[in-house]
Amino acid sequence: MSPSDTPENTTAPGVDGDAAGHAANNLIVFDQVVKRFGDLTVLDHLDFGVAPGERVTLIGPSGSGKTTILRLLMTLEKVTEGHIWVDGEPFSHMNKGSGMVPASENYLRARRKRIGMVFQQFNLFPNMSVRKNIMEAPVNVLGLGKDEASQRAEELLELVGLGDKIDAHPTQLSGGQQQRVAIARALAMRPEILLLDEVTSALDPELVAGVLDVLREVAETTDITMLCVTHEMGFARDVSHRVLMFDKGQIAEAGHPDQIFGDPKEERTKSFLKSVLESQ
Amino acid sequence: MNIWDFEWTFEVLPDLLGGLWTTVQITVVAYLMALVLGLVISMARRVPIFGSILHFVMEFIRTTPLVMQLVFVFLLAPSTVSGMTVGVLVLGVHYSAYTAEVYRSGIEGVAKGQWEAARALSLPAHRTWGAIVLPQAIRKVIPALGNYLIAMFKDTPLLFAIGVAELLTEAQRVGSADFRMVEAFTLVGFLFLVVSIPSAILIRRLEKRYVAV
Repeated sequence: MSPSDTPENTTAPGVDGDAAGHAANNLIVFDQVVKRFGDLTVLDHLDFGVAPGERVTLIGPSGSGKTTILRLLMTLEKVTEGHIWVDGEPFSHMNKGSGMVPASENYLRARRKRIGMVFQQFNLFPNMSVRKNIMEAPVNVLGLGKDEASQRAEELLELVGLGDKIDAHPTQLSGGQQQRVAIARALAMRPEILLLDEVTSALDPELVAGVLDVLREVAETTDITMLCVTHEMGFARDVSHRVLMFDKGQIAEAGHPDQIFGDPKEERTKSFLKSVLESQ
Repeated sequence: MNIWDFEWTFEVLPDLLGGLWTTVQITVVAYLMALVLGLVISMARRVPIFGSILHFVMEFIRTTPLVMQLVFVFLLAPSTVSGMTVGVLVLGVHYSAYTAEVYRSGIEGVAKGQWEAARALSLPAHRTWGAIVLPQAIRKVIPALGNYLIAMFKDTPLLFAIGVAELLTEAQRVGSADFRMVEAFTLVGFLFLVVSIPSAILIRRLEKRYVAV
């Protein structure tokens, strides 16, 4: 799917929509989400939705709340206020009686496996081979047989161009190779939603292209819904259906990549893009 | 009387080797107990309701003398419980207070990202602990755990206080019977070295093999 084949309903509810109204169409809905760390408000009554199959890039300065959005979706953090919905089901909360209460660990575990995440620091398990890193969750979460999981690992490593590294240990790989294994590990769960948290930020510049090529391949060959936090503006422009510019925990501007990168409306977007392009 | 009587030395050596064997058995069983119990305690301490209680108990054990604990439990134990059993239990529990701290430091040393990756993959708790966190944590603390094996081995003579026929007790018995305490206690030191030095070398090898990964 190319960016021009944007799914229907890709407007940002936080900007010009209402979250409840989008719940029926969107795979992911953030409904008045607030996240505070102590006195610091990182997300401030955030509303937005993501359609099935949509690829959304989150851009903005450090501390604007982009990574927190991914971490809330991955249930690595809990919302302070508001609700997150995935596929019409409450995700941050669960129904109890006539009301909603914060989701229990069992509730989350049953739903979390629909989402995969690739981290900035790779987070491969150093005590396991590449094969075992990729097989671990399919075998122990999805209940796949070891042979099937191993075959899936081999296929995914071919996809990320590391078929010959299947029995290596993470410490024997370069940063770029580790990140490609991490992508394969996330894809092994066949997630409906893939979260990419600054996946090239920890890499040496010459290793970035290899990882981005793999992600382009994933974007072109699958219909996974992707949320991507990145400072790689070229990648964001090529792959995204929609770009959300964040500032101070809110969406400052949202639109098609051509509009955001070619003709940004907001001053904050213009100054951010200028500073990023100058630094690159 | 000669300072050193070789004939007497060879005569009592079987008795002392018997004591050494008892010492080794006590150390091995108590150490295995300390390894397992310490791990259980270090994990249980992460559960809020157990944390503060266990912290208090561990502090109490670490800050009171082992010999006092041995005598205290021996006096309270039913007469059917042997000194050897009391010795193994007290040594095991006492050292678990230390091994629990060692495990805790190892667990806290596992990068936050490892926990997050396990969570992001929806791994169940037993895989997160058993396949990811503990293998990484334990590798890092092998040297510290190994040091406690040697320390425990050297503490077993304290079981002398509750009459267990370990090496020191045997040396005291045979030495005082024939007034040859110099030979008896020199042999004790020698026999401790015979076990301690190879154990220390073995532990260093384990360190090199596992910790460097």
